[in-house]
Formats: sequence, C-alpha cells, structure tokens
Amino acid sequence: MSEALTFHYIVDGSDFTSAGQASVQVKKNLRQLGISPDVIRRISIAMYEGEINMVIHAGGGEADVSVTEDAVTIVLTDHGPGIKDIRLAMQEGYSTAPDNIRSLGFGAGMGLPNMKRYTDKMEIESEVGVGTTVRMVVNL
Amino acid sequence: MNKYEHSVYLDSEKCTGCTTCLKHCPTEAIRIKNHRAVINPERCIDCGECIRVCPHKAKKAVCSKLDAMDGFKWKIALPAPTLYGQFDNLEDVDSVLDGLYKLGFDDVFEVSAAAELVSAYTRIYLKSADVKKPAISSACPVVLRLIGLRFPSLSDNIIHLLPPMEVAARLARQRALKAHPELSERDIGVCFISPCPAKASYVKNGFADYKSAVDAVVPISDVYFQLISRMTRDGIEPKSHSGMIGIGWASSGGEATALFNNSYLAADGIDNVISVLDQIENGNIPPLEFIELNACTGGCVGGVLTMQNPFIAKARLQTIRRYLPVSRNQLTKEEQENLPESYLFDELPEYRPISRLSDSMSESLRMMSEIQSMKDILPGIDCGSCGAPSCRAFAEDVVTCRADMSSCVLMRNKELEELLLFHKEDGCGGSCADNSNDSK
Repeated sequence: MSEALTFHYIVDGSDFTSAGQASVQVKKNLRQLGISPDVIRRISIAMYEGEINMVIHAGGGEADVSVTEDAVTIVLTDHGPGIKDIRLAMQEGYSTAPDNIRSLGFGAGMGLPNMKRYTDKMEIESEVGVGTTVRMVVNL
Repeated sequence: MNKYEHSVYLDSEKCTGCTTCLKHCPTEAIRIKNHRAVINPERCIDCGECIRVCPHKAKKAVCSKLDAMDGFKWKIALPAPTLYGQFDNLEDVDSVLDGLYKLGFDDVFEVSAAAELVSAYTRIYLKSADVKKPAISSACPVVLRLIGLRFPSLSDNIIHLLPPMEVAARLARQRALKAHPELSERDIGVCFISPCPAKASYVKNGFADYKSAVDAVVPISDVYFQLISRMTRDGIEPKSHSGMIGIGWASSGGEATALFNNSYLAADGIDNVISVLDQIENGNIPPLEFIELNACTGGCVGGVLTMQNPFIAKARLQTIRRYLPVSRNQLTKEEQENLPESYLFDELPEYRPISRLSDSMSESLRMMSEIQSMKDILPGIDCGSCGAPSCRAFAEDVVTCRADMSSCVLMRNKELEELLLFHKEDGCGGSCADNSNDSK
C-alpha cells in the first residue's frame, strides 16, 4: 500500500475568528482527491467540532489529517486542561464551555457526540492538566 | 454532458494580461496564458466578478441586443425590479413601464409581480413536511451553479420553485395567447431586461431539464439611454402590478423578509455566499428555515449590467416602495391548496467534481503529495506572474501538466542569482554580473 498523504495544521487558540479554517482547507483537499461529497461533509463536521473544541477549551492545538485509499484519519492534539470524565463529556448536552463562549452560540454540548456520530471510529485519550488527543477515522 | 454556454467573454484586443481578474475569480477559473486571460468553462459560475473588476473593460457579458426582438410579432418586456432603481427622482414605476411600451414592446410583464407569486408559493412550500431545511432560494443562478460545483451535499436543500423571471415569462406568454388567440407560440418573443449576465447563460442553457420561456436577455445598461429619453412624468396610465414585496426582491433580504418568517439568513456578495455555504456544510449555523443567497453585493441591484451603484439603487427603491401595498399579487383560496406544477422543477444541479485531480484515488493521492512538496519550494507570495492566482494553484497546474515550473518568475530569478554568485566565486566577478543584468 502506498504511503499516507498527510496534512498538518496549527490551530491558533488566541484567535477565535480563525477557528474553523483548517476544516475548510481539509474540505478543499478532499474534494481534489475525489472523495464523495457525503463523506466530505461528515469529515468536515467532525473536524470542525474538534477544531472549535480545541480553541474553546484548550487554547488551540494541532490537527493532523492523513489520507489513504481506505480511510481518512484525523488526530487532534492539545495541551489543555484535559477531560475529567470522558463518559460524561460524551453525553449530548453536557458542556463546560464558559458563558462568553455560549453567548456566541457555541458550547451546546454537542461537539463530542457529533464527532462520534459522523465518524466510523473515535478515541479520546486525556489526562487532566496534560492535554487531550482525539483520534477519528472515517472509512472510504 | 452538453456544452454549457457561458455569458462572459474576453475582448482579447483590450486584455493586457494583468492579474486583476485572476485574483478576483472566486472559483480560480482564470489563468493568464500568453498575456491574455483564459477562462476555464468547467469552473466558471458566471458570477461576473471579472467583468466588474477588469480595469481595461476587456471582460464582457454575452447578452442580446434589443434588435434580437425584431423577428417576433408580439414583443414582451420583462423588466427586473432592479431597473426601477436606476432613475433619479422616479416617483412611480409606471413611467418606466410606459417607456418600455414606447420603446416598441407590445406588452410589459413585471418580474416583481411574478416575484410576489413566488413569495406566496414559497410560504406554502416551506410548510410541506418533506422540505429539507434550511431551504435555499433558487433565484440566483450563480448560487445554483456554485452549489453544483462546490457544495453538492447542499443541493437537496435548494427550493424547487422556478425563479420569478421564469414564472413571469410563462405568465406573460399565457396572457398574450389569451388576449390574442391569433398569435402562435412562435410569434411571441419575451425579453428580460437584466441586471445579471448569469441570467443570459441560464436562458441559453435551460435549467433542470426545461427550456427557458425567455427568448432574449438584454442588459439594463443597454436599454438605459433609449428608455430614459422616452420616459415622461405626466399623463401616464397606471400599469404597475407590483407591491412592496415584489420590488423588494431587487435587494438582498427582500426575498427573505417576504416570507413573514424570522428564521432566515440573507447573504450577498460571492465571498460571503461561499463562506455561508461552508458553514451550512459544517453544520455550524443555527436552525433556520430559509437561506437567501445573492452572488452580487447588495443583491440584484449589484448586478454588473446595471448603471447605478447598488446602494443608491437600493435607497431609491425604498422610496418607491414606501407607499405601495404590501403585495398586489395574492393567491386565491384554491391556488393556496397546492403548488402548481408549472412553478416547480424536478432536477437539481448536477454535481460536477471538476476540482478532482485524477479519476483514481491512488493517483490523486500521489499528485497531492507532489503539490504539497512543490508548494514548499515555491516563493509563496501569490504574485500571479506565472498566470495562476496563487502558488498553490500554480503547483496544481504543474502537477496536472497545465503549466511548466519555468513560468515562476521568482524561481527563475533565484536560479539566476545563484548562477551569478557561482560566477563571482569563480573569479570572473563584476563584469559578468553587469552583463546579465543588462540583458534582462
């Protein structure tokens, strides 16, 4: 099998207005690779949610996307506060977003559940005070 | 697939090969080749941005002239509501309509009147259970093409109602046949007085399996002076059948507010439209009923075939609308029961994966990794001198064999500098360097 194609993005945590840029870029690349519109939509929703999460909760992070003929894998890594109770965080509607973020229309507690719903596989590794890594796979 | 006829062409005598249009094209459809702009018809969405920005007026709209109507026995004008915003101190629409009769038209059917019917039907349409929300307006032909090209997952959200121009054309034809039974379909010619070049390609190509009922699309800017010299203020019979809603369609938000439903979004300007569509695709918008998108800034008043600045036109329309009834085209009880077939279309814009690098996934992956490594070598200042809008686009062109690496001016410069340095170190120094500078 050929080597995976990889894209690397720095998600800037200090600039809220640039949040979501990486997923737009990934979308363009996936379109050029000829991936079906429906799969692209799922990937861009999942990645967008993850990107926003990193900006809101972790002060930014990094996104690594790798594409093979069989799957698209997205790994989001941050050095934020970590998630105390992953099971609780996965519940729809559960949110720890601060009020100023909620007033902007984010933090409805649908981020992680949506990321799981739109991908074929999702794993979270997190340690409080150290950071969080989310790995999502969408099969092609 | 049939060949799609565009409504933008290049006057190559006037084109200097500058990079203005290159930089403004929202779909990166333009390249400069041999000092002339070349449009890739697969990518062009007829938005007219290049016509708008060209400093040499080398980009032109392909539209008809008024004499295209000469062959018809019964000539019908369809004025777009934007037309009413082009004149100073216009108190009512009737003098514009009267002017159109004097210009030689046998009948005038206002697109704004048809727009009120489309608004009424859209209210009903949005109530049916199987409509995918947010429902996206089908009125702007550029948006339809853009969705087919870049946002295929949203094509199910497009409202299946015909745009007001098309509805107006059909109703005008029916009216002519009813009033003049001696006429045959072929005797009737329908002429849309347009702010928008994309309407011309819409009419030429048809849409979603039907043929347009419009015969000619003539720019507002073409009829303007002929019309204004025939317009008078006094002794005009009232002819207009438009209310506030219909005339409101000319500017952004007019179509949406006519739905009497606060759950809407109205965006205008092609970059804003693209960004809204991106957000809808990401699921990043509040739950909305209706999305109005206009490719031109300000809505249709911002079309490239108009005479007047869109904001001034909008201000004038506000004055005209002020004392009009809300709507002058209501549906009867029976008409409200169900949507007539003649207002609906079935087919959605076809997805055209034109940005795809190759048909094979493995080949596409290989090409994209090549593009990525090439992008790291390129200067990254997006100067456009190579003829591509950005270094990234240039890398794509090189990898897909549509451009040659040697077209990058900065890379050539760098090579030259290295060569000079090499010569200097070699000891032949100054004179050599001077020579190559001169020969440049």
